[in-house]
Amino acid sequence: MKRRDFIQKTAAGTAFLGLGSLSLSSFKTINTKHLTILHTNDVHSYIDPFPANHPKNPNMGGVARRAALIESIRQENPNVLLLDAGDIFQGTPYFNYYGGELEFKLMTMMRYDLATIGNHDFDNGIDGLYAQLPNAGFELVSANYDFTNTIMNGHVKPFKIFNKDGIKVGVFGLGVGLDGLVDKKNSKETVYNDPVSVSQDMARVLKHDKKCDLVICLSHLGYKYKDDPEKICDTKLAALTKDIDLIIGGHTHTFLDKPTLLKNIEGKDVLVNQVGCYGLNLGRIDFYFDDDAKSSQGTSIVI
Amino acid sequence: MVKLKNNSLFLKHFVLFLTFAALASCAEKKFAVTKIEGKEIPITDKNAESADIENFIKPYRENIDKDLSMVLANAPETIDKSGEWQTPMGNFLSDITFEKSAKIFELRTQKKLDICLLNHGGIRTIIPKGNVTARNAYEIMPFENSAVVVGLKGEQVIEMIVYLIAEKKPHPLHGLTFTITKDNQPKEIQIQGNPLDMEKVYYVVTSDYLVGGGDNMLFFKKGVEKYDLDYKLRNIIIDYFKENKTITAGNDTRIRKE
Repeated sequence: MKRRDFIQKTAAGTAFLGLGSLSLSSFKTINTKHLTILHTNDVHSYIDPFPANHPKNPNMGGVARRAALIESIRQENPNVLLLDAGDIFQGTPYFNYYGGELEFKLMTMMRYDLATIGNHDFDNGIDGLYAQLPNAGFELVSANYDFTNTIMNGHVKPFKIFNKDGIKVGVFGLGVGLDGLVDKKNSKETVYNDPVSVSQDMARVLKHDKKCDLVICLSHLGYKYKDDPEKICDTKLAALTKDIDLIIGGHTHTFLDKPTLLKNIEGKDVLVNQVGCYGLNLGRIDFYFDDDAKSSQGTSIVI
Repeated sequence: MVKLKNNSLFLKHFVLFLTFAALASCAEKKFAVTKIEGKEIPITDKNAESADIENFIKPYRENIDKDLSMVLANAPETIDKSGEWQTPMGNFLSDITFEKSAKIFELRTQKKLDICLLNHGGIRTIIPKGNVTARNAYEIMPFENSAVVVGLKGEQVIEMIVYLIAEKKPHPLHGLTFTITKDNQPKEIQIQGNPLDMEKVYYVVTSDYLVGGGDNMLFFKKGVEKYDLDYKLRNIIIDYFKENKTITAGNDTRIRKE
């Protein structure tokens, strides 16, 4: 911060030396951008807040409150990317009655930008998910589920690139292994591919071919498996790949006090985050950028 | 005049510089991250509510409430989950799941159902004394699991019994009775009142979750036949509530410990 203050002061000083105010406004100091990533995971059809007498989460959650919170953050910074890491469906009678219609409509009203597919999103079968697509004003991404031989073919892209105030953000999706988790009669011909090789490929495409300023992995792999350390998870994925800046996770309903900072295969920083479940929390990660080439050496991470 | 010339000269440089900068940014990344801040924001009753969202949800909520709050039956006594080897809730659920599934299974296959085995952990709550609604069924069984009939050989029925003894959990059980001896061995094994026949295939109705290996009931994986009844366990409960005005649990002993 101090360094930037210094640069700003230097620039102001130069202006004072007689460049004229007209040229100053276009040739100003460093171009700074601010992007706010907001995220949820495993909301599981929890639309109403938990009742006041609930033993675990009294008075917590609720979509109407989440919507107001998101709106107030948008007022503060319009540069928002709102993401969900899957398991939108299943958990309350809202899903049993309406099959995900209300969940998708409310997410559309809150202006969600993107979601990935969790195992429970197959609970009404792949046809049940397909049937709700018209209610989703946002896209679904998954890079490691191959839907070619299913009704979802062509409706799920591996990644999406957003341009937020000049910042290019690439987001790709990952789904969890289906065996033992999703009944074959629900997932049908969906093919699960290895998340590690898919991620290496996606990160390369997004960072180098597509020249994204930020690469986000939207994952439903799960944070970590204590009882099964060999199983692929977000923390392992972070260490095994490169060019991913942030992994937003789900599936394990992991509550983290703060995002986890890990090193990737090249020793560079990767953040991994997950915000529990049932819409009890909203994750918020703010990225500040500037276009000064010299500044790229240092990033301060406040978590 | 001199001043003007100077200015235009400066502008020329400026344009050149901008062009160069634009070219450079095409060749490589434009923006670099300087700072990242991360936090988790809890959503509580201190947050304001969006009126638009609330109004949108309201008709959906009211429709569900109306449906789930409708009184279907009455429980003269609380049906709870207490008990070491069987519980009132377990007996109730295994009895009604057996009854409802047996009808469909017999109609489809002309075979007789023998046993029902569910899992204790799958019973999420009790039925309190008083009015019984569909909401009770959702609370007991929030999951979308459905009934599956598996044909098990006598050997796997023995594995099931060994599992039940080792697990020491009051898993809901109907149709199979046995006694656990002082040294933890099964005896007096009876299925539908008859002794276990090792040569026979027994038809066991259970949850698709358990057939898939849930709760490590791995004996289901060795089943020789399998029939999906396409009947959700929760709908079995709701249908039973609708057809029976008084809800009580069987209090007979299925697993006896010496």
